[in-house]
Amino acid sequence: MDKMSFSHHISQQYNEELWGILDNVMRMGGLVEQQLSDALVALVEGDNERGELVVTSDYKVNAFEVRLDEECIHVLARRQPAASDLRLIIAVVKTITDLERIGDEAERIGRMALHLLEADRRRSPIEAVAALGELVKKMLHGALDAFARMDTEQAVKVAQEDIKADAQYEAIVRNLMQYMEDNPKSVSPIMDILWSVRSLERIGDRSRNICEYVVYFVRGKDVRHTSFEQMAAEATGDRR
Amino acid sequence: MAYDGSSARGRVDLRLTGSYKREQTVEGECARQGRVAEAGESAEQAACGSSATTCIEVRDLSFFYGRYQALQAINLELQARRVTAFIGPSGCGKSTLLRTFNRIYELYPGQYATGQILIDGNNILDKRQDLNLLRARVGMVFQKPTPFPMSIYDNIAFGVKLYQRLSRYDMDERVEWALRKAALWEEVKDKLKQSGTLLSGGQQQRLCLARAVAVKPEILLLDEPASALDPISTLKIEELIEELKGEYTIIIVTHNMQQAARVSDYTAFMYLGKLVEFAGTDTIFTRPREKETEDYITGRYG
Repeated sequence: MDKMSFSHHISQQYNEELWGILDNVMRMGGLVEQQLSDALVALVEGDNERGELVVTSDYKVNAFEVRLDEECIHVLARRQPAASDLRLIIAVVKTITDLERIGDEAERIGRMALHLLEADRRRSPIEAVAALGELVKKMLHGALDAFARMDTEQAVKVAQEDIKADAQYEAIVRNLMQYMEDNPKSVSPIMDILWSVRSLERIGDRSRNICEYVVYFVRGKDVRHTSFEQMAAEATGDRR
Repeated sequence: MAYDGSSARGRVDLRLTGSYKREQTVEGECARQGRVAEAGESAEQAACGSSATTCIEVRDLSFFYGRYQALQAINLELQARRVTAFIGPSGCGKSTLLRTFNRIYELYPGQYATGQILIDGNNILDKRQDLNLLRARVGMVFQKPTPFPMSIYDNIAFGVKLYQRLSRYDMDERVEWALRKAALWEEVKDKLKQSGTLLSGGQQQRLCLARAVAVKPEILLLDEPASALDPISTLKIEELIEELKGEYTIIIVTHNMQQAARVSDYTAFMYLGKLVEFAGTDTIFTRPREKETEDYITGRYG
């Protein structure tokens, strides 16, 4: 199957609707990437302006989700999509749900960053947090890139990065717990950092979800809740 | 109406999730040969509580309108007491294939079939096959409602009389039974002596279904049975198909892909006289294997 053949429908209007939806998913993805990027600057560098910006921009992400949902419902109701078209709509509906949640996580990070004191920031393992932030930012970008090109190989690669993200997350959590044991007074600010790190880890998971939808769209196989090996096999195996 | 969660449909859906993994692999090998995975069937048997057996086996079937070859060596196995839909663009051979199952094409000169069609193991293309018996076993309903110009009662009784000698009482019972099967009884029970041609289009088509069912066939061939009907009548016909499949093997030709998706257990996609793909209906409509199938059901240029 030519995986990007959305312009081959007999109905030109249908082609335009599908392209419109894909275009909006990419725009929403770009916005969410920006939100995450700003949130990380706010968290790691203590840039309160960026933190404010993230918190006040989340509504834009939400608006994208609502609008895309409407567009997908429109196609479902009026076109009764089948086969790859149906899988595309399902993949989009799921992807934008994850994107919206990633937006929420970014907003949460921005909010935490706003009431984090410089002293606490310096005492926390901020380099490790920054490294995890860069990793999940790369994952999100990679997932969106895989989605844009419906590239299953790339999707598998990005999904596998989640192993690294989980490991980094656990290391940071152990570090922070140790720190709290040693400095009981700083539990409250450290909790804020802990929540932020948790949010980053969740963004990694959700980026992985998007990669799974790419495999679902291209191969027609649901690879959620399977091992990375299974996902890779389904993504590359010959479907015909 | 077709979505009221009738238990039979729920069971089929369960089957498709339950045997997801196994079905896929076996299906891959079988689809090309027009066979549907048996691994899926065994799970289906458990879920449906009835055994699924092959009812019609088509072997190397070719069909000719004079010199023109309309079917190219079709191989296909159709399951008993299931609904199989034939879909494909105009001229692909789906109606031609349907018409071979009761040899109705023999009404026209110059048309003939080669190969074999086994119904319960007997080759019905055999010259010695009694056509009247065949057509009693394999009933047919056409696109345009075709009530006989006689009373509603006689429309049903006429066909039965060809095959069976029933007492007045038994015939009354049979007529009521058939009309109930076709969900028409309540609407016509007070006017059985009225002409069948006075009914509405949807009622006429249900009368034709009742007429087909009345002779108690094993197989029902439906050639575009709802394409001339309004949406409500269409849903009534589809609901009937759902009910009838417990006892009959049903094969339906339809241009309406949503209809095929709604009513059938298996779908065969035909193109240029060939069987391109044959699989469970869920598979065909969510992840068809062949590009031709994909292009057709999604409305793309071939």
